[in-house]
Amino acid sequence: MSIASLWRTRQQRYSLEGEICPDCRKAIFPPRDVCPHCSEAAGPLHTMSGRGEVYSYTKMFNVPNGFLAQRPYTMALVKLEEGPMVTAQLTDISDEEVEIGMPVEMVTRKLREEGDNGEIVYGYKFRPVFAAGD
Amino acid sequence: MRKVSIIGIGQIPVGEHWDLSVRHIAYHAIAAALEEAGTDQVDALFVGNMLSGALLSQEHLGTLIADFCGFRNVETAKIESACSSGASALRVGHMAVASGMHDVAVVCGVEKMTDTTGENTTAGLATAADAEYESAHGVTFVGLNALIMQRYMYEFDVPLDGFAGFSINAHRNGAHNANAMFQKPISLDTYLNAPLIATPINIMDSSPVCDGAAAAVLVASERVGDFVTGHHPGAVQILASASANDTIALHDRRDPLFLEAAYASSQKAYVESGVTPADISFFELHDAFTIMSALSLEATGYARRGEGWHLAADDAIGPNGRIPISTMGGLKSRGHPVGATGMYQIVETVQQLRGEAGEGQIANASIGMAQNIGGSGATIVTHILGS
Repeated sequence: MSIASLWRTRQQRYSLEGEICPDCRKAIFPPRDVCPHCSEAAGPLHTMSGRGEVYSYTKMFNVPNGFLAQRPYTMALVKLEEGPMVTAQLTDISDEEVEIGMPVEMVTRKLREEGDNGEIVYGYKFRPVFAAGD
Repeated sequence: MRKVSIIGIGQIPVGEHWDLSVRHIAYHAIAAALEEAGTDQVDALFVGNMLSGALLSQEHLGTLIADFCGFRNVETAKIESACSSGASALRVGHMAVASGMHDVAVVCGVEKMTDTTGENTTAGLATAADAEYESAHGVTFVGLNALIMQRYMYEFDVPLDGFAGFSINAHRNGAHNANAMFQKPISLDTYLNAPLIATPINIMDSSPVCDGAAAAVLVASERVGDFVTGHHPGAVQILASASANDTIALHDRRDPLFLEAAYASSQKAYVESGVTPADISFFELHDAFTIMSALSLEATGYARRGEGWHLAADDAIGPNGRIPISTMGGLKSRGHPVGATGMYQIVETVQQLRGEAGEGQIANASIGMAQNIGGSGATIVTHILGS
């Protein structure tokens, strides 16, 4: 991703800023021009709570450039409580803990870095929600 | 609209062609197809390719390849739709000839994936996903398919070896294909002991990175007699050509476990051809990962949702089964040179329909279906061919 693209998408990566469709009232992430549910014009902006649950997960051993230092890592599809699903890494977690349906919450972490002089990209990952007393 | 027929096919064996450039492997396939077609007339060349820009720093592939084939004053374009680029290029060639705009169109799918490092190729393949909201988080194509497979196994209670039959079938069939990358059968033990790439996907669930090129020559069916004479092996007609899209990102699908675009494009193809799933002699599906075989069979009408994996056995998908798949090895064993794959499927379908598939020949093959998937199910192109 370019610097310009990283700047444009910062509110999405840092705070899960999406939209609520004014027509069908469904939540949308990331923001779109057209609502994917009812095809009417999308908007206005709405920040997601960051809470959700694991829909699926995978521990990845072959990873692309930019992510080699973190290998292996666990990717997940996280179903946000507002409805949209996002693709993100799980963090603060051991392999044995991960299961489908487990509640997770968004945290901000380093996503990747480009060598000594390149950009360092931060964004959302998800970690387990611990019940009080855990 | 005119009906369109394929009068020549060509391919280079799938593999690691370090001694050949993208232009050479494409020429090899195109020259073979034109020689078989017995014509020098080429009105248009459509090249299906996904990664030449990302991996080779070479775009403008239509004209590069036309140039090195010796074509001049010919319409050219590169057609890109990720891993379905090959079938998308065929569809453009089909439209060009069916519409009457061109009389002879050559379509070539070509990909050169081994000129760079594995990490670069992995990153290149990830460009088929949503760069800002999927790839930016470190997911790969294996990773996306693993997310589908994990959820599928959870929802439908599938055991770890539930998909093994797809891989075993592909390798057994590929052993008879001289153009396949892996011409060797595998056992259940090999499958069960294969290293994991992204849980639960192991190497034996997954198609290989490789180079390849496959081509076909298209003419209007009404003009086949002008070209096909003497010793020609015979023309094969395109009975249907259809394409459909879904959301680019897996996480935006209405149902991540159902290939809506495969359903939509196969339904369009069934209507266009008047053919039903029961009429089809064999099905070259997009088995880039074993989970895709299950989902493709479900979306095209051969199994109910969640039951496609039950077909991973010889009596269903083997050469004498109810619906033979991956008859020449599929993506798993023949190989998956991404932008070329759709055209390998077409070339192999033509070989089967002409009765030229050797030991892998499907008995009484008269109608074949080929389905090529771009991304994690985002673009799906279906062709039905008949002898």
